[in-house]
Amino acid sequence: MAAKSLREIRRAAAAGIGSRRCFSGDAAAAAAAAAGVAEGKVGGGAGKEVNLFTAINQALHIALDTDPRSYVFGEDVGFGGVFRCTTGLADRFGRNRVFNTPLCEQGIAGFAVGLAAMGNRAIAEIQFADYIFPAFDQIVNEAAKFRYRSGNEFNCGGLTIRSPYGAVGHGGHYHSQSPEAFFCHVPGLKHLRTLIPWDKETVEASVSKTGKLLVSHEAPITGGFGAEIAASITERCFQRLEAPVARVCGLDTPFPLVYETFYMPTKNKVLDAIKATVNY
Amino acid sequence: MAAAVVLLRRLRGVTAAPRRAAAALPLTTSVRGVSDSTEPLTIETSVPYKSHIVDPPPREVATTARELATFFRDMSAMRRAEIAADSLYKAKLIRGFCHLYDGQEAVAVGMEAATTRADAIITAYRDHCAYLARGGDLAALFAELMGRRGGCSRGKGGSMHLYKKDANFYGGHGIVGAQVPLGCGLAFAQRYRKEAAVTFDLYGDGAANQGQLFEALNMAALWKLPVVLVCENNHYGMGTAEWRASKSPAYYKRGDYVPGLKVDGMDVLAVKQACKFAKQHALENGPIILEMDTYRYHGHSMSDPGSTYRTRDEIAGIRQERDPIERVRKLLLAHDFATTQELKDMEKEIRKQVDTAIAKAKESPMPDPSELFTNVYVNDCGLESFGVDRKVVRTVLP
Repeated sequence: MAAKSLREIRRAAAAGIGSRRCFSGDAAAAAAAAAGVAEGKVGGGAGKEVNLFTAINQALHIALDTDPRSYVFGEDVGFGGVFRCTTGLADRFGRNRVFNTPLCEQGIAGFAVGLAAMGNRAIAEIQFADYIFPAFDQIVNEAAKFRYRSGNEFNCGGLTIRSPYGAVGHGGHYHSQSPEAFFCHVPGLKHLRTLIPWDKETVEASVSKTGKLLVSHEAPITGGFGAEIAASITERCFQRLEAPVARVCGLDTPFPLVYETFYMPTKNKVLDAIKATVNY
Repeated sequence: MAAAVVLLRRLRGVTAAPRRAAAALPLTTSVRGVSDSTEPLTIETSVPYKSHIVDPPPREVATTARELATFFRDMSAMRRAEIAADSLYKAKLIRGFCHLYDGQEAVAVGMEAATTRADAIITAYRDHCAYLARGGDLAALFAELMGRRGGCSRGKGGSMHLYKKDANFYGGHGIVGAQVPLGCGLAFAQRYRKEAAVTFDLYGDGAANQGQLFEALNMAALWKLPVVLVCENNHYGMGTAEWRASKSPAYYKRGDYVPGLKVDGMDVLAVKQACKFAKQHALENGPIILEMDTYRYHGHSMSDPGSTYRTRDEIAGIRQERDPIERVRKLLLAHDFATTQELKDMEKEIRKQVDTAIAKAKESPMPDPSELFTNVYVNDCGLESFGVDRKVVRTVLP
């Protein structure tokens, strides 16, 4: 399992939803690279390249180490989590700060909102992004709008929900999805420096230079975050674009069990789109 | 109008579902010498039932030599199929997520013995044996596990998504606890159609802590739905022991106002008796919880070795003392209904049938690539998708 998930985690990126600050350059850069929407500076400030799971693990260590009011919890995180991202945390910081929850995503999210509302840094894990939907209401209605609807009296700004998303090669229907676009549509939620806010300036500078843009993500193409990027860049760079913005994304089908590569924005599809853009 | 006619026909089809066939599995095993007697016989359950706001059924269970032999055969076939699935997964012929049922066979088989195919069954993702118990075909099972065209979901569902409509098996659901409210919906429909049938709504001890379960319980009790909530307590919700995750691991009591029964889920006769009792109760009084005290030998899924959160001694101890197949083997031998050799021959025959089914499944081709786009909607929705070569492989979703 460990060896396999190491391989898998390189591809299954982590989508951080809502964060007061970035924990480390490494984690942010790795998440950015994995999200596939920005040119991440892999390696970050530390200068040493680590894979995503190590970056997350290090970031969680830093968070727990530097802030005594931070907590990590979720399904099976006590023994390291199914992707091993929480390895060593319970041993080092104790089971009062790193603990397993029952299998209850809605409860986990709501509990995290309450914990954060008391001024703590609540870092909740939803084991797979595909499992996040039972928690959707807590995230979208309770967490995102707490500050706004209380006129800034309360907030859950210390809340981070971490959840691995994306295809692993054979995950099938419930272990492969990329639900990021749902959450980007909710004012009040912030993604780890990758999507909300996404780095428009960097992308715009690149498009100004090349006149071309290709956006790619694993989520289905319709209503995906790629549409937002394409629209924004068209607004900002209309005169400088030399070809239509290309989108290479997942198909508008449920994530399939077999023929995953047909669904996915594979390198061949990307290459084909690059050619079409360059030769436009 | 045409649609209405089709629907009516389907409804009739469901209503007219045949009574349970004698054997759950379409196996032809009959080893000479194993008793086929239908003479009534009474056997006491391993332990007394524990009950919550209901009088438990008696411990004495009526059975026959023939039934015991059928139980032995069905459970052995399930065990063999799961062990074969384990090998196929390790050989990368099965991909995706795969959750094995070995250890828990008595629940599926005992429940099947107490129900008819007009009763509905719905479960989560540990569904291979529920499918087999409902008369599912071994080759169709393996084909589905391998994502082949011959699979029971045409290779589109995989391990977690097995279904069998003609036997009212509603699958096969991937999110912990999500199937439980669905089961209540099925039960409502059954009562509305005035069918004398119930829904067996299965979930695990992990799912018992999901909020959805309590929403479903309240609806079921409020509307007196004919639903039997079966908590298959294998004592570990993924990698977390029940006592770490549940304030009260007495799941049969957690319905509060809903009666409950705790059953030795490793004793197929106790399961049968409890399910019969619960079905009657559900038809007359509404929902009831059956907590099946059982055990999974494998880890939660294939990526869990199942040994980090429990000891090997614990697993070995259960195998030694509570194994559901061994229990029936002992009964058959103690009553002289079969000899050791006869039962071994039966297992050998089962092994052969499983191997044949796997060979057949392997011959089944992959689904046609166009299947990617089918069944997303009932009709053409006009959405466009494209393949690697965007100019040629371009399709409108059918």
